[in-house]
Amino acid sequence: MKIVLDHLTKRFSNRTKGLDDIIAVNDFNFEIPDGKLIGLLGPSGCGKSTTLNLISGLEKATSGKIWFGDDDVTDLPPENRGVGLVFQSYALYPHLTARQNIMFPLQNLKGKDKLTKEQMNEKVLEAAHLVQIERYLDSKPNQMSGGQQQRVAIARALVKLPRVLLLDEPLSNLDARLRLATREEIRRIQQETKLTTVFVTHDQEEAMSISDMIVVMKDGIMQQIGRPQDVYDHPVNLFVAKFLGNPPINVFDGKIENGAIVIGNERILEIEGPEDQEVYVGIRPEGFIVDESGPFHVNKKQIEIMGRDTSIVATHPNMISESIRIIVTLDSRDELPSTVGFRLKPGKVEIFAKDTENNIEYSVRESV
Amino acid sequence: MKKIKPWLYLAPAILFLGFFMVYPLIDVFIYSFEEGYNSASQTFRGIGLYNYMYVLRDPYFIQALKNTFILVIITVPLSTGIALLIALGLNSIPKLKDLFQTIFFLPYVTNTLAVGLVFMILFKKTAYSEGLVNMLITGLGGSAIDFMDGPYWAKMFVLCFYTVWIVLPFKILILTSALASVDENLYKAAKIDGTSRFRIFTRITIPMISPMIFYLIITGFIGAFKAYSDAVALFGTDLNAAGMNTIVGYIYDMLYGNGGGYPSYASSAALILFAVVLTITCINLTISNSGKD
Ligand SMILES: Nc1ncnc2c1ncn2[C@@H]1O[C@H](COP(=O)(O)OP(=O)(O)O)[C@@H](O)[C@H]1O
Ligand SMILES: [Mg+2]
Repeated sequence: MKIVLDHLTKRFSNRTKGLDDIIAVNDFNFEIPDGKLIGLLGPSGCGKSTTLNLISGLEKATSGKIWFGDDDVTDLPPENRGVGLVFQSYALYPHLTARQNIMFPLQNLKGKDKLTKEQMNEKVLEAAHLVQIERYLDSKPNQMSGGQQQRVAIARALVKLPRVLLLDEPLSNLDARLRLATREEIRRIQQETKLTTVFVTHDQEEAMSISDMIVVMKDGIMQQIGRPQDVYDHPVNLFVAKFLGNPPINVFDGKIENGAIVIGNERILEIEGPEDQEVYVGIRPEGFIVDESGPFHVNKKQIEIMGRDTSIVATHPNMISESIRIIVTLDSRDELPSTVGFRLKPGKVEIFAKDTENNIEYSVRESV
Repeated sequence: MKKIKPWLYLAPAILFLGFFMVYPLIDVFIYSFEEGYNSASQTFRGIGLYNYMYVLRDPYFIQALKNTFILVIITVPLSTGIALLIALGLNSIPKLKDLFQTIFFLPYVTNTLAVGLVFMILFKKTAYSEGLVNMLITGLGGSAIDFMDGPYWAKMFVLCFYTVWIVLPFKILILTSALASVDENLYKAAKIDGTSRFRIFTRITIPMISPMIFYLIITGFIGAFKAYSDAVALFGTDLNAAGMNTIVGYIYDMLYGNGGGYPSYASSAALILFAVVLTITCINLTISNSGKD
């Protein structure tokens, strides 16, 4: 089921009296393709949950429309939209067993949709099988681990065969190891059911790793939508560039001058396109190649070796972030001078306008 | 030897409680079996069940027992139910919740006797006035009833009304906070699944706050069985004459009432009350525990 958000806006009157309204969702205008897993990504308070609640129908839009396929669902109550919702806190009914929890939505069905006991049991088993918690069906939530509880919550959301599955930070309450496993699990379930799924998270790595597409938001405004790698490689503005990637992109004060990106007084990359101006220069940590005769130099502070990665923590007079992180593939025994020279990979260098912070396109001039 | 330390820490409390609670309890127990006890000479004739037989045959005790049971059976469910309704109402208008919580709590911090006085004014018929409630009744075309000095059911009505009124604020307070502490996401999840309001109430709200409801019922039972000051506030100290005595009132009368001086009868009555409360509380706890699993 394709979801279309059509100039969707949600305004809240401020909880603190006297302050301006909060526009939690500001003119959202995009399409979520059928059968895909979409990651809604943004810092806390940017309106992700509100967006999800608008799609589920728990909140009513201030203006704009929501379409599920060809159905205008803007004014439909949640139960008529056919959505399943999974919460960060699982929101399982604590006094009911896993089985009773999963069965709960089915028992609400009335009229011609009403199911017999056998049909319900069958559906519960199917859902439990899908999320692999058959063994725990007769346990109460407090007898299960966080990961198991979250699976029960997913089964409960799926048992009515919704058209759309919504997950609000479903992994945030899990510890790191379970988070990884449950993340894969959600991906697998989504691919098995082919449900259009919206997955909310503030963790960029989480969103990047399982989403077909990500939507990056900030302060109620949609910044960018696209395939994770595309967004990573072509961030539309400095915010998106900084939000995606771990370690984050290194940002410097720089300028365009005589056909080159200049940081300090080093011409780090010969380019053509943009006019001379002051800019922010962003260089991804993996965009550096150690090269004694390279055009760009930083002051080495320390070397950190974490598993496969070796990173150089460094400083530079023009840096904006607190320090620079450079991921290199080099033998840890290699000696580096205190001032290290680099060549840069052109695709890993982004420039942003000083005023709008929007990405400025350029093309690389092949040096002869 | 390490085991001694905790006992040392506990010693003052144990001594204190032992002296002021356990010792009197044992004493009451002993008194209740001492026949013909004379408080002046501190002597008794023999040991046996006579005191119990006397109390159980005493029409005043039977009356007090009956009154207490009626009071318990009517006021505990009624006050809990009304409190739940009001708490649900308060919970659905969050803006006014704090204000109303204060208002509803006022009777709780007001002295029992003061509230009793207000009830007297509302219900009492005097030579000069019929009382506010009677003015209402006659205004609606009924005939005036003597609530404070008239038929038994009218007096019982006032006593129950008063008791419910007195305990209501505490119960509302407990239940509003119990309702407020239910995870909001449970309701959201239920709403997504199209759960009817009635089903949300019976399958989610009630189970989630049931520990608090049981707490209120158990303490309500105990409190109502121990009622005394409420009756005094309304009907004065000669409750036997008014036919509105309670078990605790009976015990008090046996000790200090007209003539008084019957600690043995008082002790027997106290132990009968103890047995009744213990039985009811055990039944309550069994029910509440069986609801858990
Ligand atoms: N019911 C509400 N009333 C007032 N403000 C709200 C309400 N719900 C959310 N907000 C505000 O809307 C903004 C977005 O909230 P939310 O969607 O929960 O963010 P996120 O899920 O991305 O952390 C926040 O500033 C929040 O304070
Ligand atoms: Mg949120």
